[in-house]
Amino acid sequence: MSMRTPLGRVRGLGSAHDGTHHFWQKRVTSVALVPLTLIVVGVVIAIPGRSHADAVALLGHPLVAITLLATLLAGIHHMHLGMQVVIEDYIHTEPTKTALVLANTFFCALMAIACVWAVVKLSFGI
Amino acid sequence: MSTTESKASGPARPLSPHLQIYRFSWTMAMSIAHRITGAALYGGTLLVAIWLVAAASGKASYDTVQWFFGSFLGLLVLFGFTFALWHHTLGGIRHLIWDTGKGFELQSRMAMAKFTLIGSAVLTVLTWIVALVVR
Repeated sequence: MSMRTPLGRVRGLGSAHDGTHHFWQKRVTSVALVPLTLIVVGVVIAIPGRSHADAVALLGHPLVAITLLATLLAGIHHMHLGMQVVIEDYIHTEPTKTALVLANTFFCALMAIACVWAVVKLSFGI
Repeated sequence: MSTTESKASGPARPLSPHLQIYRFSWTMAMSIAHRITGAALYGGTLLVAIWLVAAASGKASYDTVQWFFGSFLGLLVLFGFTFALWHHTLGGIRHLIWDTGKGFELQSRMAMAKFTLIGSAVLTVLTWIVALVVR
């Protein structure tokens, strides 16, 4: 039996029993994504018209590649959190909700791995 | 929140009212649009991954993907992607302003909602103008 008071147990947790971790991670990634989005849009619109070799040289440039990795990882983490909330808002049957939340995690993990693999390969030579 | 009986959620509790009960307003429209553009960007990440993997895989696969993005359908998708990106970015900045506890007055709410829509449209067109000029 816990000696903690009911108020002490729930303080800072909220109805999700998970504190504000989810909320805070969403905010941290969104703050990071504002400048990163501006830079990456600038990079991407410089791509059309370039040959494959030129595109690879640009995307694999250390500054570009590191910025791309930061954007992709922050962005995919952000969308993982966001889609989980959308699923939890609209799906009220427990097995379906669990399946979709898992599918969301697997999709986001796959996107992150594929994007990181590609940017690393673009950086270290094709 | 769940209405189903389960150990985790306890007895069925009422859900908050959903879309159909609200009168149209700019703030509700931009809130819905924020969620829709977020979901669109979620799908768009698959296109980003395909593009990057193709570029990393070699000239042939890259040229195929570039051919698609240069087609009418591809350009249409990219245009929508651009709008979703700017709309979600501006909507996100609006939320970050609200997080500081500011901007909840009727005037500022309305101004920010309208700015989100007009700003994202302007930024989308600007992005494409720059993209076409530097090409």
